[in-house]
This record gives sequence, C-alpha cells and structure tokens, in this order.
Amino acid sequence: MAVLATLDPNSRAASRGWSDLTIRNAFILPTIIFLIVFNIFPLVYSLGFSFTNYRASVNRPAEFVGLQNYRELLSNPDIWNNFTITAQYVILSVGGQMIVGFGLALLLNRKFPFKGLVTTLLLLPMMLSPAVVGLFWKLLYDPSWGPINYALGIGKFEWLSNPTNALIATALTDIWMWSPFVMLLALAGLSAVPKHLYEAAAIDRAGTFYTFFRITLPLITPLLLIALIFRTMEAFKTFDLPFVMSTANVQTIAIRLYQMAFQSWDTGRASALAYIVLIVVLAITNIYVKYLNKVKER
Amino acid sequence: MPAVTSRAQRAAHPIAIVAIAAATLIFLAPILWIASTAFKPRAIATSVPPTVVFTPEVTPFVKLFTKRVQLKEPPTPEAYEAAPWWEKTILDGGERVLRVGDDVQLSQYPNRFLNSLIVAVISTVLAVGMGTFTAYGFSRFKMAGEADLLFFILSTRMLPPIVVAIPMFLMYRTFGLTDTHVGLIILYTAFNLSFSVWLMKGFIDEIPKEYEEAALVDGYSRLEAFFKIVLPEAATGIAATAVFCFITAWNEYAFALILTNRRAQTAPPFIPSQIGSGLPEWTVIAAGTLLFLLPVAIFTFALRNHLLRGVTFGAIRK
Repeated sequence: MAVLATLDPNSRAASRGWSDLTIRNAFILPTIIFLIVFNIFPLVYSLGFSFTNYRASVNRPAEFVGLQNYRELLSNPDIWNNFTITAQYVILSVGGQMIVGFGLALLLNRKFPFKGLVTTLLLLPMMLSPAVVGLFWKLLYDPSWGPINYALGIGKFEWLSNPTNALIATALTDIWMWSPFVMLLALAGLSAVPKHLYEAAAIDRAGTFYTFFRITLPLITPLLLIALIFRTMEAFKTFDLPFVMSTANVQTIAIRLYQMAFQSWDTGRASALAYIVLIVVLAITNIYVKYLNKVKER
Repeated sequence: MPAVTSRAQRAAHPIAIVAIAAATLIFLAPILWIASTAFKPRAIATSVPPTVVFTPEVTPFVKLFTKRVQLKEPPTPEAYEAAPWWEKTILDGGERVLRVGDDVQLSQYPNRFLNSLIVAVISTVLAVGMGTFTAYGFSRFKMAGEADLLFFILSTRMLPPIVVAIPMFLMYRTFGLTDTHVGLIILYTAFNLSFSVWLMKGFIDEIPKEYEEAALVDGYSRLEAFFKIVLPEAATGIAATAVFCFITAWNEYAFALILTNRRAQTAPPFIPSQIGSGLPEWTVIAAGTLLFLLPVAIFTFALRNHLLRGVTFGAIRK
C-alpha cells in the first residue's frame, strides 16, 4: 500500500492508547488484505490459467499455450454471437427500464394518497432474488396455462422456446425488475429540482414541453446517467435471470462463460474469456465511478 | 413534495391517480399471482382462465416442509381422526407424511432455507463489522491514494460472479471448501465488504467530527471515542447497511449454484431446480417462493428511506 504518514503525529490522541496511524492501518488494512486474498489473488490465479489448456475435470497438468485461447476466442464467431446477444439484451432491457422507470417517476412526482406505500411497493421487484424472479416469471409465461398469455389473449404463444422470443421475454422480466431502480433515481432528481425554477417558468408562461426540456430534463440528467451506466454494467453481466428462464435460448456472455467453465470444463479457455469480460466490466465501472464522484460533488 | 407545478399537471390529477393505481397493480400482479398460487388447491393452480376466487388452503406449505408417499388405500376413519389437522390436508390428497418412528421426515426445503439464513447472517455480520472499521478509517484520516483505494474496493464489487467463480472453484476444491457454509460465507463477505465500506463511509461522514474531538478533549482515547461516540451515532447506518448486505447474500445465485450442491446449498439454486424433476407441483413451488421472498419484502419496507443511498453505494442521499 502506497499510503501512510500523512497524519498529524502531534495530535492529542496520538499520545493516548493507539496512535491515529495505528488505528487507521488496523481499521483499513484487514479489509484491503481480505479483498486482495479473496478477489485479486483468484483473478491472478485465473490469469495464469488463461494461458494454458487446463481442464479442471481431467487430472492432467496444465500446458502453456501462450495467447492461443485469446486468439481463438476473439476469432470465434460463436463468441461474437454471445456478445451480440448480450448487447441486444442490454439495449432492450436497459432502454425499457429507462423509459418505464422515468415514466413512473414523472407519474409519481406529485401529491397523491398513500404515496409512501405505493412508492415502496413499486420498488419491491428490484429487491427480489433474480433467480427466483426468473423461476416465477417462467410460470407466468407458460404457454398453455400462464396468466400472461391469458391476460393478453394471445392463445398459446411460446415465450421462451426460441431465441428471439426468449430474448424479449427475459428482457421484459428484467424491465419489470429494474424499472423501479431508474424510478428511484429519477424521483430523487425530480424532487431536487428547485421549485422557484418552475414558478419562474410559469410567470414567463412557458409551456409544459418547454419547462420539461429546458428545466426538468437538464437538471435530472446526471442521475439518469448514473442509472443508465449502472444498469448497463449489471445487464452486461447478467446471468441469473436468463439462466433460470431459458438457458438454451438466451446465450448471454455470462451464460456462455458458465457453460465453458463448468459444463465443458474448458477451464483455460474459460479463464481467458473471463478476462475479456472483466476488461469490459472494469471499463464501464471506471466510467460509473467517475460519474458518481462528479454527481457527489454537486 | 412540491409537485403540482403547472396548469397542465393540475388538470391531469384524477387521470394521474388512475394511472398510478393501474401501474401499481400491473407491477404487483406477478407477485400477487405467485402469492395466491401458494394458497390454491392443486386442481385449480393451472386452470385456464386463472382462478381468482377460491378457498385458500395451507396444504402447499405442509407439503413444502414434509416428505410424502402415495397412499395405497384410503386411511381408516380412526387413523384419519388421530392425525393432526395439518396431516389431514395431506391425507385428503391421497398421500401420507413419511415418518421414522414418531418423527416427521422433513423435505429439503427447510434445510436449504436454513443454509441461506446461516450464510446470509454470518457473512453480513462479518462484512458490516469490517466495513464499519474501514469506513471510519477512510472517513476520518487523510491518506495518499485514498481515491484509488476506494475505487479498488468498489471495483471488487463490480466483478462478475462467474469470473471470480472459476478460480474460486479451483481453490475451494484444493482446500475442501466446496459445498461448505464457510466457503460461501467467505465469498459473500468479500462481495458485500466493498459495498459496506462505501455505504458506511457515507453514514460516518455525516457524523460531525466535533463529537469525537470533544470526547478527545475530555480524555477519551481515539479508540474509546470510536466505540462510545461514533458507533452509537452510526447505529441507523449500520442497521441499514446490514439489511442491504443480508438481502444481497440471501438473493445470491451464481456462486451458490457453482460452489454448493447438497450440504450447503442455499435456497436460490434449490428453488428453481425443483421444476427439473418429474411433474412439478406448482402450488408447492409457489409456497416455497413466497416464503423465500417474504423476508426481503419486509426488509424493503424497513429500508424504504435508505433505498436510494443503498443502490448508489452511498453516493446519493436524500
């Protein structure tokens, strides 16, 4: 750790019991060490495997193969197809969440009876386990007796049995789960818009559209962007929901990675793919945190 | 909230209320449907059109917790009379509860539920404990490279579980930690620790430094000031962080799927696995799902004022 020694050694507390420096290190270092041992070390370990042809199911030592795994993965159209499906999933579900979530926030941003209760009820889906949500949506989508087909009056529509429908069906479930997240952030943004701006706009006889595009939208854009980046990152990693709902038909990159690592036991190659995914996720995380800090400073 | 802002909005008010009611109903419909299925008689669970009005029964919950076998012949009236009320509902369905001696044989569900509880509670205590200390360290003391360290901590949370699971699986296999509670607890602690540090830092930042400084002047040591002044002030924050960590661990699926299969398996991988085998009993699955979701629903209400902060890692407060 490149830290230490910026504390005031003459502080009052330094003379009694533990010094501030000791306390700081004793409080922070265990966490850093814990995270290094259980997050960073495993990643270094699998970086090593990504250059080998190791198979965890076979009792045979790993052979070094250099960059072969990476080369093969990046030139494999199947893998690119997994990335394409993931991108489609991200665009559909995050796009839907932004629209539905923002719409809900605009709807809820007013006085009405039981506001607190209604808001909390609407937030419920995002707190639930994605795997279990996936399970019960699978029942909702059942072609022969599922209530969704009945409610929409569309006969025995097969929601999950081909890739196109399944992608839409899982994205719809994801929209149901995560629109509340966008709604929560958008509501926070809307309630923070200074009221006098609206009063001024009303005095100037500004129209609803003008007020919305010139006052509301610019002021809540930072929060909407946070929602957008965070959801994009999460949707890119998505595994639980499509895995439970339709493993065969929604082959996101995370599901492909799982199958490569734990069903084909192609450990070396899966480690390489994990690294490719990791780089993408870290890039998005970086953007996210930069943005988070920017908003925090306001 | 000052919301009614323009003439157009005010005019739309009754329509808006109808729209809000409709949206709420649509959003809750899936949950209401699964909740009602948990109390339906088996025969109408998959009826078309869906049955809305029915006499609720608890049979699915009795079935959820017990092992049963088909009855070869109907029970004698005496045996039926002697059975406890909950067993009668099973006998009515042509099955009986398995017993060894007098002990009712439990299904796998209570065991999976208990595993979830053990793993979630212990990992939460560890993550929030360590996280609170670390957050205090970051909040009160200057440090070179502080922003980088905090980014490093947060980035561990963003790692896709599947990516970490590959090396963890290999390491756990070597150390005999696959399918153990300890194995999952370590992973969930690591996963929640970064979140806990970020959230607790936000809460501790809000406690005025003057409180501790006054205590230091009064002759407290820094450690005493931390335990006697800061911790009590941070109690609400600690509770909120703990509930968030609990929910995350309770809901986690990917690690549990990969690293457990029997002894330490938690509910999330277990519940969906039930539909793979034979003719699933939807009412029983719904009952199991409902019981599993219930704690999270209750916690969501307890947390309602901290949700925004929680989902933004403490960056945005209300």
